[in-house]
Amino acid sequence: MEKIPILRMGPFLLVTIQVDLYDQLALNLENDLISSISKTGAKGVLIDISALDIVDSFMGRILSNIASMSRLMDAGTVVVGMQPAVAITLVELGLKLHGVYTALTIEKGIALLQQQFTLRTSGQEEDTSSQDE
Amino acid sequence: MSNHTIPIVREQDFILIRSHIQELCAETGMNLINQTKLITAASELVRNILNYAKSGKVMMEIVSINARQGIKLTFTDEGPGIENLQAAMQDGYSTSSGMGLGLPGAKRLVSEFAIQSAPGKGTIVTLIHWKDGH
Repeated sequence: MEKIPILRMGPFLLVTIQVDLYDQLALNLENDLISSISKTGAKGVLIDISALDIVDSFMGRILSNIASMSRLMDAGTVVVGMQPAVAITLVELGLKLHGVYTALTIEKGIALLQQQFTLRTSGQEEDTSSQDE
Repeated sequence: MSNHTIPIVREQDFILIRSHIQELCAETGMNLINQTKLITAASELVRNILNYAKSGKVMMEIVSINARQGIKLTFTDEGPGIENLQAAMQDGYSTSSGMGLGLPGAKRLVSEFAIQSAPGKGTIVTLIHWKDGH
């Protein structure tokens, strides 16, 4: 059974998607990720999509789902490495990645997650920035 | 002009379809952005066929009109067909759990888009993406 590996990087989890997601693989990824967050207490998830040359509405929905689920588990989600042609296509397709943060590189993604984490733990902001719409 | 038909039965079939479209794109010299749009539109239509009709096929070919080159894809299925074509072409309309972006999204991504469908008569979607993207 094909599986997408989930790596632990300090307080965060790193998922590198290198193959096209189909239904079962995507569902497995959602499940694996949520149980990893619960097991490790991870505070954020980085999803590296730099190897994907297309993102269609199905994959977009999976990314949104992962972000929503992670948020319920008190973890932020950052999608990193989107290719420029993919970004242009997503806009024309009309896909809005609700609740999904993006960063150009993994380093920037980590910085973003750390910033969110500090905000959350300092208790000053109730993470209003990650709300949909 | 040679054409190529590939059956659509399971999600993995898209891998073969994509690589064939990529070959056609290379042959016509289509740039990466237009290639990405075309392949994304194809992905939406393949998923639509698998979701609603369960199976179908796609014919892929290079077309040219007055020295203008493009790639034409014809998706055919013998599924239940679409009852309300006008609604199906609207953003956010879906009879399944999808986001309802498949057909209208695919239409926005390519140069020309035509759909023929009636309940019980299956669906034919024809799209052309010209090399210059217009």
